Amino acid sequence: MDVRQPIATNGGDWLTKFGELWKKQLTQINESFGSSVQEVRMPPEYPTDVPIIYVQKESIIDVLKFLKEQPGFEYGFLADITATDEEIDPRFEVVYNLFSHQHKCRIRLKVRVSEGEEVPTATSIWLGANWAEREVFDMYGVKFKGHPDLRRILMDSRWVGHPLRKDYPLRGYQLFTDSEPVDPTLLE
Amino acid sequence: MGKDGSLGYLTTRLDDFVNWGRKNALWPLPFGTSCCGIEMMASLCSDYDMSRFGAEVVRFSPRQSDLLIVAGIINLKMAPVLKVVYDQMRDPKFVMSFGACASSGGIFNVYSVLQGIDTLIPVDVYVPGCPPAPEGLIHALMRLQDLVAKGETHSQKKLAAFKQKDA
Ligand code: SF4
Repeated sequence: MDVRQPIATNGGDWLTKFGELWKKQLTQINESFGSSVQEVRMPPEYPTDVPIIYVQKESIIDVLKFLKEQPGFEYGFLADITATDEEIDPRFEVVYNLFSHQHKCRIRLKVRVSEGEEVPTATSIWLGANWAEREVFDMYGVKFKGHPDLRRILMDSRWVGHPLRKDYPLRGYQLFTDSEPVDPTLLE
Repeated sequence: MGKDGSLGYLTTRLDDFVNWGRKNALWPLPFGTSCCGIEMMASLCSDYDMSRFGAEVVRFSPRQSDLLIVAGIINLKMAPVLKVVYDQMRDPKFVMSFGACASSGGIFNVYSVLQGIDTLIPVDVYVPGCPPAPEGLIHALMRLQDLVAKGETHSQKKLAAFKQKDA
């Protein structure tokens, strides 16, 4: 291998393996949810490893359920929910990474939300979304509508602000020398 | 011998003797929170063998140990735990800050990491390195033994000042 040649990053091996499948799935998604799909970014036109689908936040639950249950998709595994702070309006992008054990391929969904807006929770589809959404709330302050237990998960409950927002100072330490007070409702 | 049980001149000699005993029988509590902890384990194992210096009996209860080895990153959320563990140890207690993270936050100068455990508890010896080699730990241990023998660790100095105030 010539090390001076740039390495192909546009999906690489995955593109040859899953390119056809992704194309088929995308046309099907467009048929069913045409109006709520805002934007599609496909490799190799867009430098990404897996297709990215931007969905309106009102229909994200329907799309996730569709991807999980529809034959030919079977994205049964929610790998992660995370977010990014884009510093534009709408400010945040909530990212859903899905994996299909059936087809061994991945797909990524994104939802754009402005500050203060709520995203419907995915806990009705995957119970595991509970903690992932709590992490997004903790780090970015994005709220999830209908979440059963939306508390901070990583930072101290007395923490002020959301540390992964771009306007949070990198060195904004908040030191608590005593232990976190126990929520009395948890002991009941 | 005085009425209060003090031995006058003899006490200083007795202190020396007790400190000699202390320094050769340190009971470490391994507070290994990340990669440095692995290096600490290596120092305890046969190749480096910390028992040569009388400090091989590792205790995981703060009440049974007198040397707190903090080896690794201390997150801000972990900081109160470290403070509680330190407070639970009985005097005289010694603290070793093992590695860059414990001593200064290391490469993690971010919102979530404590910038050196000495902002929270008094530290007697620091070991530089990321991670320090086991030799570093052993060197620090011997250095700590010197301090203990001379009664110059933070906890011993505090006790001495306390005694002087009482006298
Ligand atoms: S000093 Fe280096 S080796 Fe030790 S805990 Fe920190 S990053 Fe890991």
